[in-house]
Amino acid sequence: MIADSGLLFTFFNVAVAKQYLPAILEGTLVTVGVGIAVVITGTLLGLVLAIARSFGLRAVALPIVAFADIMRSLPPLVVIIVLYFGLPSLGVPLSAFAVTWLSLSLVLAAYAEESVWAGILAVPAGQMEAARSTGLTWWQSMQSVLLPQAIRRAVPPLTNRVISITKNTALGSVVALNEVLNTAQGATSHAGNPTPLMMAAIAYLIVFLPLVIASRSIEKRWRRA
Amino acid sequence: MNEIIQNFFNLDIYAQVLPFMLKGLWTTIWLSALVIPLGGAAGLAIALAVNQSRNRMVRWAIVAYVDFFRAFPPLVLLILVYFGGPFLGIELNKVTAVALAFVLNNSSYFAEVFRAGLEGVHAGQMEAARSTGLTRFQALRYVVVPQAVKNVLPDLVGNGIEIVKLTSIASVVAIPELLRAARDAQSLVYNPSPIMLAAIIYLALLWPLTRLLGSLEHRRARA
Repeated sequence: MIADSGLLFTFFNVAVAKQYLPAILEGTLVTVGVGIAVVITGTLLGLVLAIARSFGLRAVALPIVAFADIMRSLPPLVVIIVLYFGLPSLGVPLSAFAVTWLSLSLVLAAYAEESVWAGILAVPAGQMEAARSTGLTWWQSMQSVLLPQAIRRAVPPLTNRVISITKNTALGSVVALNEVLNTAQGATSHAGNPTPLMMAAIAYLIVFLPLVIASRSIEKRWRRA
Repeated sequence: MNEIIQNFFNLDIYAQVLPFMLKGLWTTIWLSALVIPLGGAAGLAIALAVNQSRNRMVRWAIVAYVDFFRAFPPLVLLILVYFGGPFLGIELNKVTAVALAFVLNNSSYFAEVFRAGLEGVHAGQMEAARSTGLTRFQALRYVVVPQAVKNVLPDLVGNGIEIVKLTSIASVVAIPELLRAARDAQSLVYNPSPIMLAAIIYLALLWPLTRLLGSLEHRRARA
């Protein structure tokens, strides 16, 4: 029987797969959940920071630039570990879920801020002046004239970044977040068989491969427009 | 305030663990110096294969390879290689496992970058170079690839920075790089200061490079 031949029996063991399927699915849900949460808060925070930076106040812009530089220089795993082990000694212990979500949101926000800011800079200054001269307030001009153009420019460079940062939810396994990688590692050592790891790998492909393929067409379309 | 200094910026502890951490930094540096050129070379080879091949199957297979590894978290890849290998009867040592996982991952990112760079080189360049009597390899080596590299220099630097940051996940398989050194030191002194010190060292190493990348991108945007 094919199923008994070494490789398949080891890496695609049907009995093991059946036993751990519910756990792997649960872990996948956690992965997707953290990922979605990170994308929402990260891009929103990045957008807010980019707008705040465009006020033109040094006291506001400098901390934002420093934040973006620091978060883009530090490895995401280091951010996660600093927050996970550091916050409790400040009296704010956060769950593994909260730490992973917060850390990756901060990292994504830094990149989103840079992309949106570059987009705002690329809009000629005359546009803001023209919008203001028609009687729009600063905020109205920002919202309906500058930002739509800036975001359009920011999306292509951001799509890859969003994918690579949401993939990093796997780093949560290091602080024992019960996402799919951590679940699979536990199951693999429990079963003494790597089938759960293969299932996790397949789960990642099912979740992320469509995103990677979609990102290609998003990039193409938004660049052309 | 005292709490924060005690737990994060404890200078006594910094002094105590610094030699150990510098050893970790050294490991981070040579690991990066090992996997960046390997991944870059593999990525260039892949990009050239896509660019030069007229065979649809080859191109399709390579796009699939690139997308596959872009969809795969590097940590998952590392754990599959490291913990899956023994089940296949392949006992890779830690460094080989890390290098293999990183190169598989990086090569796909480098391939994307080089592909974009090669696409930016006008086809006439190759034709002109060939017409002067250069072989195809020589034309690639001296005319096409240098221009492609120049086109995408900021992206190559950006990839390099990402890989240095990525080496931190080698801590998961107990390679004593900077982050691992910090975590080991943390459990010895029972204080999170070493982790903060690691973050500071990463910043000292990577902030200048991030700034350099910013100015390269800025220059390209204006050109």
